[in-house]
Amino acid sequence: MQIKEQPKEYDVCIVGSGAGGGMAAYQLANAGIKVALVEAGPFYDPAKPEYQTQLKWPWESPRRGAGSTREFGDFDAALGGWEIEGEPYTRKDGTQFDWFRSHMLGGRTNHWGRISLRFGPLDFKRKDHDGQGDNWPISYQDVAPYYDKVDQLIGVFGSREQIPNEPDGFFLPPPKPRLHELYYINAAKKSNIPVIPARLSILTRPINKKRGVCFYCRQCSRGCRVYADFSSSSVLVLPALETNNVDLYVNSVVREVTTNQEGKATGVSYISKEDMQEYKIKSKIVIMAASACSSARILLNSKSSQHPNGLGNSSDVLGKYLHDSTGASKAGFVPALMNRGRHNEDGVGGMHVYTPWWLNDKKLDFSRGYHIEVWGGMGMPSYGFGFGVSDMNRFVKDASGYTTGGYGSKLKEDARRFYGSVIGMSGRGECIARKENYCEIDPNVVDKYGIPVLRFHYNWSDQEVKQARHMQDTFEEILTNMGAEILGNKPGADSDYGLAAPGRIIHEVGTTRMGDNPKTSVTNINCQLHDVDNVFVVDGGPFVSQADKNPTWTILALSWRASDHIIDQLKKMNI
Amino acid sequence: MDRRDTIKSILLGSVAGGLVLQGCKTEVEEKPATTDNSTSEPGGGYGRVPEEIARDKALMAQEFFNEHEMATITVLADIILPADANSGSAGDAEVPAFIGFIVKDMPSHQVPIRGGWMWVDHEANARDGLTFVKCSAQQQIAIVDDIAYPDTVKPQHSQGAKFFSLMRDLTMTGFYTTKIGIDDLGFIGNTPNVWDGVPEEELQKHGLAYDQDWLVRCINQEQRAKDPVWDELGNLIG
Ligand SMILES: Cc1cc2nc3c(=O)[nH]c(=O)nc-3n(C[C@H](O)[C@H](O)[C@H](O)COP(=O)(O)OP(=O)(O)OC[C@H]3O[C@@H](n4cnc5c(N)ncnc54)[C@H](O)[C@@H]3O)c2cc1C
Ligand code: SF4
Repeated sequence: MQIKEQPKEYDVCIVGSGAGGGMAAYQLANAGIKVALVEAGPFYDPAKPEYQTQLKWPWESPRRGAGSTREFGDFDAALGGWEIEGEPYTRKDGTQFDWFRSHMLGGRTNHWGRISLRFGPLDFKRKDHDGQGDNWPISYQDVAPYYDKVDQLIGVFGSREQIPNEPDGFFLPPPKPRLHELYYINAAKKSNIPVIPARLSILTRPINKKRGVCFYCRQCSRGCRVYADFSSSSVLVLPALETNNVDLYVNSVVREVTTNQEGKATGVSYISKEDMQEYKIKSKIVIMAASACSSARILLNSKSSQHPNGLGNSSDVLGKYLHDSTGASKAGFVPALMNRGRHNEDGVGGMHVYTPWWLNDKKLDFSRGYHIEVWGGMGMPSYGFGFGVSDMNRFVKDASGYTTGGYGSKLKEDARRFYGSVIGMSGRGECIARKENYCEIDPNVVDKYGIPVLRFHYNWSDQEVKQARHMQDTFEEILTNMGAEILGNKPGADSDYGLAAPGRIIHEVGTTRMGDNPKTSVTNINCQLHDVDNVFVVDGGPFVSQADKNPTWTILALSWRASDHIIDQLKKMNI
Repeated sequence: MDRRDTIKSILLGSVAGGLVLQGCKTEVEEKPATTDNSTSEPGGGYGRVPEEIARDKALMAQEFFNEHEMATITVLADIILPADANSGSAGDAEVPAFIGFIVKDMPSHQVPIRGGWMWVDHEANARDGLTFVKCSAQQQIAIVDDIAYPDTVKPQHSQGAKFFSLMRDLTMTGFYTTKIGIDDLGFIGNTPNVWDGVPEEELQKHGLAYDQDWLVRCINQEQRAKDPVWDELGNLIG
């Protein structure tokens, strides 16, 4: 096979168009820099009818929205999933890590939850407080100006609360709580658990002329046709393309970063999905933004005589310190929510209220925290609706005399009276980053493009398991305050208290962690490889720790910060 | 193009109160579950990628159930959800066709469903010397009564109860994901609107009220079209 070279030389080649890549493309293109944006998946634009799933009815899908081909259902925007045909990954020593990938313009930001949280001052320096893991080499003060800019460029609703480790931002006003959220607020209050308006990147008011305002359909995960929510494709990549400074390569799977005699990067090589041929793109700078694990994979696969251990891996830390958020959930049936009055309570595509971590000052048997996300309401039916609905009669002894099971008009009555009577909550917490949790190249397996694949090794520690136990106790307490009947058995020690398997919360970070010491970190404070000064990583890879905050707002801020550094260095001709 | 135009084409008069809606059909037209619109509309009508369109076409072209099986499913589905004063039957909502599709889409349902009705037919034969569909309504209900209540089922009918529970689940899902079912349920979302809190009447019914300190933090929907202004600290001042 002959490798074909693209004739043009770019200033910068960006690998991946998700949160990190989209932000870099937007910043660089607007600074007049010539960019090649290389994306493994297809083009996607939810404003175009051929991509739209928003406002479709369940019967428009023959499987009624079931997840037979798309992990989160037929109407979900994400292409990809835990398993992708022809693109395997493997696991080591009987450990588990489930790897979610979404290959398309915008990556995982097309269907992400839009929960947009800043890390707090404490989150950058946790080691100072509990002696575990490592501090970031930068602090909240370094990132804060970029959080401020991200808020104003992209838009996020929330409220100013002055909670020490939950920094406020430039917020749009949040929507009012829905009925089930009022139940949650009151129940949490009884246990002195705080609840505040959610912080989601959804436009409750206009932020610029290119984007519309939310019309409350609860379907952000389907991609918003008026761009009222944040996804990298709608909000960053498409506007970047309008500058004419970006060439977008779609369906192009990057295999490796190419290097020259001096060990400097010269661009990337990629396989085109259209013709399965390999091509090369030349650029002065390469920015990795393929998601933390994909970027680690590409760098590990970029071996040369100068970089025998993979590019940027003289420390042997590349791929190590992989960490995902912890997660556990619980739901309850709330008898007071039976026979609800009908109104349109779709609201935004996510929770309107949440509980930030509230026990930083308390001594517990685990050291890092979690926040609580709330769900419920009279959602649009899709596949799975009505399953086991009559089981709820187990909890109800009323004049109807209805039992579990049965058939006939009684079932319709059950569907109506139990509709919207379940409230659930999910904890999302911090896992302490550890060297022993990692991804590496599997020596024996390649994908259908002939590219060696990742092999994962990941275990939870006692810290995360105890945190999950705390989540279960808290959820039970709040649900009990609500008068709820708890659904399902309480998971015990044998199932790690319902702690989701590593990877399941889809917050992969840490594989190219930043640090001042090139022996113990892969990137410096500008997300630049210690070993190769013209390669940067702007996805979740440079995270030293991930707080209990979902990572994307920090990915965006750090990508912008790195982009500013690149623009500056290009101007000074330092790279 | 000014992308805010896009919202205008969906949302006319975007401020709270009288909403004029366009681009979302209030009178929705329903397509039966087995209609193959995958080739006629861009993105198969709902954002499909070519691989998905091809997969669905292939599934549509297959038949899993034979006529007798479909007849059994139709009888059972209508027993599970008959027409009543509120809404039509499972048959009216074309639930059997949905079940016919979903077993091809999710092969894990195939053995439990096919084996399940074999169990039912065997039972009908043993009791009445007929297949289930040929039994009288009374005979059919006698069998159904033995398998419809999983919590009190007799041990000799437990496998039948498992099957019936699966049929009930699929019938319910097939029904409530159609326009007939959604109207029966009273779901009134999936349409552009402006969320401005739980209606007063509903709050009262639940003995709830919005706290003032929540309301001051939340959006005043009269300002939803207004550009935000912040001071340098991030306070929203306009
Ligand atoms: C269901 C779900 C809910 C989520 N909810 C939240 C939330 O509420 N808040 C939050 O902060 N985060 C959330 N996340 C996580 C969030 O989506 C990610 O943190 C974010 O998208 C990461 O951005 P990224 O740029 O690092 O990677 P991605 O968004 O994954 O983008 C990477 C891109 O690189 C491309 N790529 C990969 N390999 C190659 C290659 N070899 N060559 C070329 N291109 C390649 C991919 O196709 C993809 O487009 C959620 C994720 C999921 C799946
Ligand atoms: S809830 Fe709002 S932002 Fe989300 S998809 Fe619907 S209209 Fe768009």
